[in-house]
Amino acid sequence: MAVATSTEAENPLTAGLERLPVPPTTLVIFGATGDLAQRKLLPALYNLAHDGALPERFHLVGVARKAKAHEGFRIECEQAIQRFSRRTPDESVLASLLENVKYVAGTFDEDAVYAELTDLLDEFEQQAGEPLNRAFYLSTAPSFFPVIVERLGASKLNRHKGALVRVVIEKPFGTTLAEARELNRRVLSIFKEPQVFRIDHYLGKETVQNMMAFRFANGMFEPLWNRNYIDSVQITAAEEIGIGSRADYYDAAGALRDLIQNHMLQLLCHVAMEPPVSFTAEDVRNEKVKVLHAVPEPRPAEIAKIAVRAQYGPGHAGGEDVVGYLEEEGVPEDSLTETYAALRLEVDNWRWAGVPFYLRTGKRLARKVTEIAVTLKPVPHLAFDQQGSLGVQPNQLVLTLQPNEGVSLRLGAKIPGTRMIIRPVNMEFLYGTAFLSQSPEAYERLITDAMRGDATLFTRNDEVEAQWRICDPIVKYWHPSRPRSAGPLPKYEAGSQGPREAEELLCEGDRWRAI
Amino acid sequence: MVATSDVVWSEQGTTPDAIEAALRDLLIQRHAENESFVPARVLNMIAFVDRAWSGEIANRLRGVGRYHASRLLVLSYEPGRERLDARVMIASEGEPGPGELALLRETVVVEIGDRHLDDLLTIADPLVVTDLPTLLWSPHGHHEIVEMLLAMSQAILLDSVDEPDAGEALARASALAKQVYVVDLAWLRSTPWRERVAAAFDPPWMRPELRRIAAVTVRHHPASTVAATLLLGWLASRLGWQSETLSADGEGLVGRSRGGRRQIALRLELAPELAVPGLDRVALETGTGLALSLARGSGGLRARSRARGGEEREWTIPGASRGESGVLGEGIRQALLRDPTYVPAVDAARALLA
Repeated sequence: MAVATSTEAENPLTAGLERLPVPPTTLVIFGATGDLAQRKLLPALYNLAHDGALPERFHLVGVARKAKAHEGFRIECEQAIQRFSRRTPDESVLASLLENVKYVAGTFDEDAVYAELTDLLDEFEQQAGEPLNRAFYLSTAPSFFPVIVERLGASKLNRHKGALVRVVIEKPFGTTLAEARELNRRVLSIFKEPQVFRIDHYLGKETVQNMMAFRFANGMFEPLWNRNYIDSVQITAAEEIGIGSRADYYDAAGALRDLIQNHMLQLLCHVAMEPPVSFTAEDVRNEKVKVLHAVPEPRPAEIAKIAVRAQYGPGHAGGEDVVGYLEEEGVPEDSLTETYAALRLEVDNWRWAGVPFYLRTGKRLARKVTEIAVTLKPVPHLAFDQQGSLGVQPNQLVLTLQPNEGVSLRLGAKIPGTRMIIRPVNMEFLYGTAFLSQSPEAYERLITDAMRGDATLFTRNDEVEAQWRICDPIVKYWHPSRPRSAGPLPKYEAGSQGPREAEELLCEGDRWRAI
Repeated sequence: MVATSDVVWSEQGTTPDAIEAALRDLLIQRHAENESFVPARVLNMIAFVDRAWSGEIANRLRGVGRYHASRLLVLSYEPGRERLDARVMIASEGEPGPGELALLRETVVVEIGDRHLDDLLTIADPLVVTDLPTLLWSPHGHHEIVEMLLAMSQAILLDSVDEPDAGEALARASALAKQVYVVDLAWLRSTPWRERVAAAFDPPWMRPELRRIAAVTVRHHPASTVAATLLLGWLASRLGWQSETLSADGEGLVGRSRGGRRQIALRLELAPELAVPGLDRVALETGTGLALSLARGSGGLRARSRARGGEEREWTIPGASRGESGVLGEGIRQALLRDPTYVPAVDAARALLA
């Protein structure tokens, strides 16, 4: 019998509990000494332990290349948790978590690694006297994803009698449509789709989940949420920082692959999707895939009109001089990688036909902000004299995801005085002012959901391919091997609003919001 | 809450109107200083306290950290006091950095005497934020005052272990639950235990064992009989047991429940060595020979299990102790949620102590 999460009818003791039971699980992290594991995964596991939210029976196995003893890995875990946990660790909780931590050393294609892993997993079950679910977390370089998956299959670790086996795959899921398809093919030749959890950590953020609540728990927006009332949608993910020490990754990826192909298209889906029948993984993901399918695949001839890329040059950030991208450590001096990307997409369906969806992201922009701005159509007739005022502007609903999560609605209001002069004012709602609880880190939620088998916040195989279908033609068009078709790479000053060329994407009357 | 940025107003012989005006002025003043200061708007909390013990209550509330109510109204009662005095504090956790927000939380302390009690609603009502839910807490009893203030409250915070008689504590909780939502700290202390018992029976092969539970023993702090009885009441209400009244057995209590044709032996044992209120150990046995016990331990709950064949296992389930301030903070947070299992558990627990 598989270890699945129960319903209330099956286990009446779960009624009323905020935290539902997580089945007994062994979590195996491949790449356990890497940056992501140290900064995010291990601290997330500690915080789950602190909150009493780990399964009744929980074991962690780290797999990485460096040879070290179990104790050596435990010390590394402890140090990572001390350094990166969102709360100061409680020594006794940390000790009880680390009691169940083991380490396997070796390269990911080595049979011995999987043999040792199998022995450890069996040993845990012997100790527990019951089968334990298994979750394999692939926190490695993407080139190892198919290798690990295939070795798991060859070692018969993809199935387990009496328990469920899951594989969690970090981003990026391919760097082109062809790669994504090939990776899906190889993963799905070993695991069934319900066993596969593709991470897009944006989906684990409370702010993104709040968008669903905002749209589908408030009746007032739905009548307006269509082409009849909405003029345009603008999605921005701007960062004021540069690439830091990520030159190797970033120079190969670029802004389009780093943020638009995954996170920003997910945000677009959340804005544009139809209300799902239920909030089950399949119903939610079905609706998102429909949106992605409604976005026409960009044709090479139109890419120059709907997509803009650019690279930051030297400038100023935080009151200091900063270097341009090409002067960043580890970046090739002739790199043509874009650090800024902006797209104008359309969602060709009944609800959204004709409404432009603008997406833009970039490094070293004026400030850090992630927001979705929905601009409504102007009123059909204006009875007021606009002279002496800032003018009547269309209503704009802005959902800010970070740094200050909230909702702002721009309205026209009369300026106090004897004349009827209107100016825009903002009605603000800030989530931080309205809730007592601290949001958990995205990885705490995602690890729990993966262990519980809830795939709602993970990307499905067809979803990831649909995302690539939109981005792939642009990736190819911008590829350094085609400099003539894409034209010269525009530059923008670090700390600025981005390149002037981005203005050319906008439909008449539209303008970018100030970052 | 560790406040690093405060503004304070106080006045002797004041009125609710003057206090409310001072609150508005202080908020405007704070916002004008720095527009990143924004008032929290989550929850009002009214604490009716005896002035002699108000320092202790202030200390307890200081420990709740982020769970501090947006506006805390402390009605500090001193018999014989004639004059209405008030103090208003607006605090943030610190100065906001560039692009950050800093939440402001308001505390209003009103000193009142006997002559103000009849008109207490007219004092308290103007001082809470309209449209926010209001949580009432009266840690020193004063049931008649509570009845009066319930009219403006959506939830009440209790600690049933504070009542000297467990049966009366449950009767009072049950009566209050008919009027407002009850948040009982005695119930919240059992949350980690309830979560772990639910999880232990969650694997598919364990779910049928829920119908075979034959004995439950709860070991508890001597003053926490209510908390222990609530845990038994929770099991009884969730699993459809019919319970008989518990009877004394040495220092503890014993009794029986019926689940269909099965009998379930119930036992409450005292843990005099336990330094904090709440539970010390929960043990369950099934008719098929399975046994599970959970006990307080270092770094989490210490679990022991015995399989049908008699094989025994022991392990730790990690989890941090919340401490009493953590439980109080959780109580404030729970005022905004609704747990449908508390009232049935109270009713089932009352049957055990009838």
